[in-house]
Amino acid sequence: MNAHGADTAPIGEPVPVLAADRLRVERGGATVLDVPSLAVSGGETLAVVGPNGAGKSTLLLALATILKPAAGVVLFRGMPVGSGEAALPYRRRIAVAFQEPLLFDGTVAWNAAEGLRLRKVPAAEAARRAGEMLGKLKVSHLASRSARTLSGGEAQRVSLARAFAVDPEVIFLDEPFSALDPGSREGIVEDLETALRESGTTAVFVTHDRVDALRLGDRIAVMIGGRIAQVGTPDEVMNRPADWDVASFVGVETVLDAFVVAADAGTFVARAGASGTSGPAPTVEAVGTCGVGDRVLLCIRPENVTLSLPGGTGSSARNAFPGVISKVTPQGAVHRVAVDCGFLLSALVTTHAVVELGLVPGRTIVASVKATAIHAIRR
Amino acid sequence: MQMILDGLREALRLLVTLDPEVVRIVVLSLKVSGTATLVALLIGLSGGVALAFLRFPGRDIVVAAVNTGMGIPPVVVGLFVSILLWRNGPLGMLELLYTPTAMIVAQVVIATPIVMGISLAALQALPEKLRWQAVGLGASRLQTIWILVREARLPLLAAVMAGFGGVISEIGASIMVGGNIKGYTRVLTTATVMETSRGNFEIAIGLGILLLLLTFAVNATLTKIQQRKRPR
Repeated sequence: MNAHGADTAPIGEPVPVLAADRLRVERGGATVLDVPSLAVSGGETLAVVGPNGAGKSTLLLALATILKPAAGVVLFRGMPVGSGEAALPYRRRIAVAFQEPLLFDGTVAWNAAEGLRLRKVPAAEAARRAGEMLGKLKVSHLASRSARTLSGGEAQRVSLARAFAVDPEVIFLDEPFSALDPGSREGIVEDLETALRESGTTAVFVTHDRVDALRLGDRIAVMIGGRIAQVGTPDEVMNRPADWDVASFVGVETVLDAFVVAADAGTFVARAGASGTSGPAPTVEAVGTCGVGDRVLLCIRPENVTLSLPGGTGSSARNAFPGVISKVTPQGAVHRVAVDCGFLLSALVTTHAVVELGLVPGRTIVASVKATAIHAIRR
Repeated sequence: MQMILDGLREALRLLVTLDPEVVRIVVLSLKVSGTATLVALLIGLSGGVALAFLRFPGRDIVVAAVNTGMGIPPVVVGLFVSILLWRNGPLGMLELLYTPTAMIVAQVVIATPIVMGISLAALQALPEKLRWQAVGLGASRLQTIWILVREARLPLLAAVMAGFGGVISEIGASIMVGGNIKGYTRVLTTATVMETSRGNFEIAIGLGILLLLLTFAVNATLTKIQQRKRPR
């Protein structure tokens, strides 16, 4: 019989595992982090992205109570965690891994068990759990090696195993792949993804890499200038950026300044404003609720632009812009093609299509975008 | 030339046959300097840890004082300890002057700043993120300090050896507060000086070789430690 009734959380709304309330961090008198509120639900991976110096790592350090905020509180399961030694019980329920592996001078097995030793877990049990995690991160065979002899990729796997070994309720990952070469990186991202999924651990994952964020994040928080500019699902953030800063960071290549000339139920037509390009101002049809005369930013992602030859059957898209190819840049398996259609439109096409359509600078082409693939931000 | 060769031959004979007087001198040297180094380690490491992790007003002055202390002339230490322990001095009633204890006290004063200064440098040389990592793995404040001291253990060993090397080879303080009394306070350095002034070069050279071997062992170990790298 449970007569305590200690659980006073409001019914219906689950208490987030981790939350920040009016969190502010100052450095040298200047505010470098200002987060009025943030909540991370159980089992969720929150990817924190943003350009360098946006305050991503500062947010992580503050949430993990490694850095003392100037104001505000961090809440763990609804309770303030305190700071300094008062936060120790909280810190015993989380774990942090950084960009650098930061291994200690000892063997791999000994490193992996460090968090458990700090929690006074008996040696045999600690060794077992550490060994298990080393296995999941595919570095069991290195267990008896000295940490000094590891490669960068191996060391980072050990660092992740060490963090997961304590079975944390929240794991904080600060750019864990940034220092790795592409070869070792791919495998680690995959194994981390598996480890996160299997353990169901709530995670805060800081990265400057949009692709990693999309891949691992259930939700994405975009930080710009010490503030969270937008939090949402990958789809929301990538396809409906909240403002120009977010749009330019998440990689919407073409951002058109336009004003609405016609509006109908759910769709509108906008004419591009003075954007410094040649020819008559093109009109673009997009989905969204806007009034005539509204100023909008139209965001067009390069992967949503289709290229076809003039006069061909082309696509069914209503926005078809004839233009001239100004530049073709190879990018791994795809090519980035810049088309001057009165405004500059960037398209991502496969190498196969580049050859088949003969996409070279100077060639006349039709670029099409579906109305639903254009995201409008009202100014 | 012949004199030097004779001296070397005699020195080797003294060493190989374990001449009782030479053995006594070596044992006392190791005892005095070893004890002094151990005490200096306790004080110096604690001080180094405090200076590395605490921020208090006047810390910069303390650090500057420690750095100055690292190069303090042993003769000056000998002078001050002598004055303190002098029969009519403030600590005269302890009757410690011209005892091995007085030598230990003087050597502690010499070695402590060396150990403290090098410990501080060793702890400050650790990456700052190592502290974050310890805290982020759930370390308490004491556990964090322990982890960092542990990570700096090799440079800290260097601190100990530098302290030992400093006191085993100093003479100014030992002769002033110890008095070079045969069989009681006579150590390697004081004995070497005395035997040389008496013209007993063979013994002096033998003692010199021993001192050289000890300092070489210390420095060889130091060099090896300094070549070692930290993990990633």
